[in-house]
Amino acid sequence: MPPDLRTAPATEDRRAGGRTRARARAARRRGLLVHGTRVLLLTAVLGAWELLARTEVIDPFNFSMPSRIWDQIAQWAAHGTAQGSLGEQIGYTLYEALLGWVIGVTCGVVLGITLGRVPFLAEVLGPYLKVLNALPRIVLAPIFLIWFGLGPASKVASAVVLVFFPVFFNAFQGAREVDRNLVANARILGASNRRVTLQVVVPSATSWIFTSLHISFGFALIGAIVGEYIGATKGLGLLVATSQGTFNAAGVYAAMVILAVVALLAEGLLTFAEKRLFRWKPAAPGGER
Amino acid sequence: MDSGSPGDAPAIELRGVSKVFRTPSGGAHPAVRDLDLAVGPSEFVAVVGPTGCGKSTVLTLVSGLDEPTEGDVLIGGEPVTGIRPEVGFVFQQDAVFPWRTVLSNVMAGPRFRGVPKARARERARDWLARVGLTAFEDRYPHQLSGGQRKRVALAQTFVGDPRILLMDEPFSALDVQTRALMSDELLELWGGSAASVVFVTHDLEEAISLADRVVVMTAGPATVKKIFPVGLPRPRKVEAVRLEARFVEIHREIWTSLGEEVRITRERGTHAA
Repeated sequence: MPPDLRTAPATEDRRAGGRTRARARAARRRGLLVHGTRVLLLTAVLGAWELLARTEVIDPFNFSMPSRIWDQIAQWAAHGTAQGSLGEQIGYTLYEALLGWVIGVTCGVVLGITLGRVPFLAEVLGPYLKVLNALPRIVLAPIFLIWFGLGPASKVASAVVLVFFPVFFNAFQGAREVDRNLVANARILGASNRRVTLQVVVPSATSWIFTSLHISFGFALIGAIVGEYIGATKGLGLLVATSQGTFNAAGVYAAMVILAVVALLAEGLLTFAEKRLFRWKPAAPGGER
Repeated sequence: MDSGSPGDAPAIELRGVSKVFRTPSGGAHPAVRDLDLAVGPSEFVAVVGPTGCGKSTVLTLVSGLDEPTEGDVLIGGEPVTGIRPEVGFVFQQDAVFPWRTVLSNVMAGPRFRGVPKARARERARDWLARVGLTAFEDRYPHQLSGGQRKRVALAQTFVGDPRILLMDEPFSALDVQTRALMSDELLELWGGSAASVVFVTHDLEEAISLADRVVVMTAGPATVKKIFPVGLPRPRKVEAVRLEARFVEIHREIWTSLGEEVRITRERGTHAA
């Protein structure tokens, strides 16, 4: 009897452990498969492009090819561009985008929360904001160029107008959709109006605001690039413009690749910050709650 | 127990109170009509009525979150003009702040009212110990069960030492066992505080097992139909008290009164639908 008692749980344990291990192995295998297929897909597309361009099925002058684009990036990195070093161009564009993003986000959040909390202001300003939002804001870039000149100010301005609206509308919505129970509870517990805004409305609107931050950083980059493209002395947008002007297709693509990498890195940073900030939230939707 | 109230003024008094809400379509929806009710110091009053009859509105009027359209609401003989520090409110839905830890949630009230941080933390820890959540003070609400979250809400309310305790179907979202447990815990916490309680529920058994008096409301707009003294001895355990002969007797008595209103509400519902 005693030996039976001892062995029974042991085998069960081993079986359970084996199953867990098998499951882990299956998950790993699946992960490898997904990544492998991804790499394969990229290689296939780039390979086909290279091949088609080299055999001149597509015109390599207009469409360029991956190897030339790579050479262009390497050359820019090693010898600098016509406007200065590559790092300087990236830094310039990033600086404009980041500054525009920070200003746009700050204004959007402050105004969104304020209007969400003060219905009178929302009613007065509502139609004007709708009109401004309906405007295709990218056409403002040439106006900003006239107003603020070739320097970074005009790019920052176009980034700001692109960033402001999505952030504003999300912050506004977030402030309006705060759980009424939470507000009532805070008031019962003795919170002043200011406290309710800062300690209930702002925290519950942050998840709304963060969704808009992801898209809006992309918008800030667009604003900066378009601004540079129209007229600038430095930056990646200018790089695109000059490459286009000299019929250097590889240059246009190379600038695009660099931009994509920069945007992805920024997105990664933002996701990291979000994870830190939202520790109070359940890990996955439907995870625990 | 009537410290602070001038003379013999009841802890809570509603005189001829009516509340009419404006509907979005511009119509008028009367929620409470000509309601008179007085709650004595350290008395536990349960309010029962058919769903949607306006019971909860009575609580928001007493709490100062909202004002009556007509009539007077008095606390300790003084008219209610806003939110008062001696009033505690436990809500039906989760109203703990999800971005604050358990400890920080319980500290919220004292901090809002200007208690220094160290002192607030000390008091919050004391109340967390009383509701048995000491080990969970660093957790966030989503990491707790529904019953534990309700305990946080109770600690959050009791930490402010309320003399008036308003409860709006606080345990209706909990399962039956947790509910009985929480009811006992509430009675224990209340026993040590001498607060006057208005407990709104649609569960008659819960009302009888907790309260000194049960107020039956009419189908909406709500007004007092009849008040029944319960007269069961304290201290009570809700599971045990349900088996007593007096409980069954009063349950039958109140149900004849309440059942009628429930039927009226139901008939209206089918007509509207």
